Amino acid sequence: MHSLYVAWQYLRFHKVKAAVLIAALTLITFLPLAVHILVRASEVQMLDRSQATPLILGQKGSALDLVMNTLYFASKPPETITMGEADRIDETGFAFAIPIYNRYTARGFPIVGTTLDYMSFRRLQVASGRMLAVLGECVLGAAVADQLGLGQGDALISTPENPFDLAGVYPLKMQVVGVLKARHTPDDRAIFVDVRTAWVIEGLGHGHEDVATTRDPQVVLREEDGKLVATAKIVQYTEITQENMNSFHFHGDTGQFPLTSVIAVPHDDKSATLLRGRYLPETSAFQLIQPLGVVQALLQNIFKIQRVLNIIFAVVSVAMLLTIILIIALSLRLRQSEIETMYKLGCSRLKMAELVAAELGVIVMVSLVLTSGLTALALHWQTALMQQFLS
Amino acid sequence: MTDAQPPFIAIEQLTFQYPEGDFYLHIPELGIDAGTKAAVIGASGSGKTTLINLLAGIVPAVSGQIRVHGAPLDQLGDAERRRFRIANIGFVFQDFALLDYLTILDNILHPYRINRALNLTPQVREHAVHLADIMGIADKLKRHVHHLSQGEKQRAAICRALVTRPPLLLADEPTGNLDPANKSHILQHLFQYVDEAGATLVAVTHDHGLLSGFDRIVDFQAFDCPQRA
Repeated sequence: MHSLYVAWQYLRFHKVKAAVLIAALTLITFLPLAVHILVRASEVQMLDRSQATPLILGQKGSALDLVMNTLYFASKPPETITMGEADRIDETGFAFAIPIYNRYTARGFPIVGTTLDYMSFRRLQVASGRMLAVLGECVLGAAVADQLGLGQGDALISTPENPFDLAGVYPLKMQVVGVLKARHTPDDRAIFVDVRTAWVIEGLGHGHEDVATTRDPQVVLREEDGKLVATAKIVQYTEITQENMNSFHFHGDTGQFPLTSVIAVPHDDKSATLLRGRYLPETSAFQLIQPLGVVQALLQNIFKIQRVLNIIFAVVSVAMLLTIILIIALSLRLRQSEIETMYKLGCSRLKMAELVAAELGVIVMVSLVLTSGLTALALHWQTALMQQFLS
Repeated sequence: MTDAQPPFIAIEQLTFQYPEGDFYLHIPELGIDAGTKAAVIGASGSGKTTLINLLAGIVPAVSGQIRVHGAPLDQLGDAERRRFRIANIGFVFQDFALLDYLTILDNILHPYRINRALNLTPQVREHAVHLADIMGIADKLKRHVHHLSQGEKQRAAICRALVTRPPLLLADEPTGNLDPANKSHILQHLFQYVDEAGATLVAVTHDHGLLSGFDRIVDFQAFDCPQRA
């Protein structure tokens, strides 16, 4: 006990030196652990999500981008396909299709345009409020609601792609009608809207004052074949309300409207095989992929990176340990007069070794406690950390 | 006829030489009785500190006999000399040799924390506080070394030397770093302890002005010094 007391007094007095040694040891032990935890968390999360998603249809190109955008709402949006492709999958009778349009964001979180089928497919339930019902509504993932401090009855404005593009997409003020229960998946960090609301954000659908009933004569440019042509002065709505909802409409065939992907849920294995036969790479303009295979290939690369990181950590750890040993050796040389004094006072060499060991022991113990604390934090936050990493 | 009491310190034909270097010390005969206040004087490098180290059993003699408080140091191994040191010696150093990371009280009690043979009891703590009170540093016990003046540091070092109640007090230039007022004050404390405890004091000093207070002067001019080796 005396040795521990003396060691503690020494470390208390030399706080900076002790803190540097503790920090170095903590980093040596914690960094490889943190990487291991994150890799395992990402493996579990990515495999779970990809295993639960049988097939994804998208434009030809990077399968990884398609999977990351569809499953994790991460990565840049892939080339679009059309809503007609989702209809065609339904028409095959092999699977039902869930459209995904994930291109826009609001306050840093992805706006995922989809249908209520997505909620059923992912077993998403509302913790408060209700599910999507009409145009202009949104449902927030648990993490979005938590981080933005929003709930049912609040509004959320979509972020314009380019604020300097005057002819571009106008922000849409969306009504929050519900907050989803936390699932510890990427769904927690998404804002869900009906796919048609996403098209409104895109500018494919809009609402404006009725040209026929407007009192402003400058709004009407001319009349052609019984139809009124409006001028640029016409007021376009940036919020969908009960009052103006009926004025919202889409120009053109919605079958040609864009989607970033379609989740195809086959009725059985045979249907899946038959459906995949329809989208053979040689004959199809699209790619129908099994996300599990893509994710497994990605994980293999992550594991390779982890192995490289482990080697780097090992080399750095050895270098750091050697440095620590050097620091301790130099410190003992500097403390030579102290050691001589203690020897003269009757201290044995064994007791002196015990005193030095106690100092090192306290440093190691404190760094182990810190490592344990940081590891517990990493384990607690691994899902959020992994999602941050993915997005 | 009564048997003569053997001296507390008895040296005969003692020689010492460091493994490297040409330092050589030869003391043909030296006896110091118990309760004596002895000053050791001599030129720099003549071996005064070496004598202190030999008396404390820190270094072993090359040949000859050295007996302190009945213990034949020339015949003891390193561990036995260390045990002898713990039981019999109180050390006062010129540079105080206090540990900067300990409070003054912890410095005084330090011998008890680094020697398994010594048991740190509440009575020992009381004794340490009592010594600090006598030395006039009782209000500094919770402070660290750098808060103390030179004189206070040496008084703390003397408390550490006395806390084990040693029969032999070895002081290596205990007043070397002190101003004149503190020099006599420190020596008075050492003399007081020796008188009250019946202990023996061997103090190395360069300051011939302080010699009047000592009972015995050991002049190293009488011994072989390195220049004559």
